Amino acid sequence: MKCRKCGGTASLELRRHNAAFCSPHFIEFFRKQVAEAIHRHHMFTREEQIMVAVSGGKDSLALWDVLIEDGYQTAGLYLDLGIFDYSKESKAKCEAFAAARGQTLHIERVAEAVGAPIPVVQQATRRPTCSACGLSKRYLMNRAALQHGYPVVATGHNLDDEAATLFGSVMHWQTDALPRQSPALASTHPKLVRRVKPLYRLSELETAAFAFLRGIDYIVEECPFAKGATSIAHKQVLDRLEDESPGSKHNFLFGFLEKARPAFEKVENVELHECTSCGQVTTGAICAFCKLADLVKRRTS
Amino acid sequence: MKVILRNPRREVDVEGKRRVKELLTELGILPSTVLVIRDNELLTSDAMVGGDDVLEVRPVMSGGAGAGA
Repeated sequence: MKCRKCGGTASLELRRHNAAFCSPHFIEFFRKQVAEAIHRHHMFTREEQIMVAVSGGKDSLALWDVLIEDGYQTAGLYLDLGIFDYSKESKAKCEAFAAARGQTLHIERVAEAVGAPIPVVQQATRRPTCSACGLSKRYLMNRAALQHGYPVVATGHNLDDEAATLFGSVMHWQTDALPRQSPALASTHPKLVRRVKPLYRLSELETAAFAFLRGIDYIVEECPFAKGATSIAHKQVLDRLEDESPGSKHNFLFGFLEKARPAFEKVENVELHECTSCGQVTTGAICAFCKLADLVKRRTS
Repeated sequence: MKVILRNPRREVDVEGKRRVKELLTELGILPSTVLVIRDNELLTSDAMVGGDDVLEVRPVMSGGAGAGA
């Protein structure tokens, strides 16, 4: 297979683009897609300090690599979930990545904030692990960015992640979730930082290939709690569709963003308050994170 | 050739030469869900593999709350 640009031996075939690229031209393609995402959604400027949420996985480290190479001012945020050796290894990958590039890495321990590491939270609350973990991550990312003075948090969500999330929301007609699915969520409260997803135009295969070709040492092993997760099942369904009809995921997500999301956004009218317990933003009196921490405290004491 | 699979890590020996696409079909793997690596280089689905090759078939999926990781 030949590179579309130079005719050299291709490293990666992109069926949805009906193209293949050699390593240098794929890396160029990847960076252009990230730049397009940042530009199109006004994600951040070169004058802003960007907090990049990193997990040690391919997506977040690929994102951090692109932003550093493109001259953006960044720092990493690693959330230590306390998931046995998986967390130890992923933290070591993030620390090594940051040290090699002279970047600051902030570390927050979930156990300190919620009262127990994720495996204990799961046992204590009996709610799906990914649900408690996702809630904790969103809360701590915003809190850490506010504490350290970053106006924006960038995450490594890719096209496959976004298509699977949309699929899940549509399957259950979670109309409250649909307006919030966006490559860029503006700050709608002084205590909410902007959240952006500069990799949303790139597939999981593409972020993995980029990380590999850039020599990024990322954690390949899955989170031990991801097995059986609903989001994985949704991704597998979409992978089948994509294999039969390349471009399906792109069309699904981009069609939603361009044609359907504005309609759902119009009807969303949410009043925001500050949590009476922690002061973070919530739609009720006490935020979901404080409720979770309280439940963990009661069940583990 | 030796094929190294991940999650969980295991190795399988495969006899004969074939294209990457054919190998993945035999293993029941969709091509868009893995990187196929030989001698620290990525292979496309039309590449011929076999003989003394050592291939790593590395899944690209992440999920659960780790999506975006």
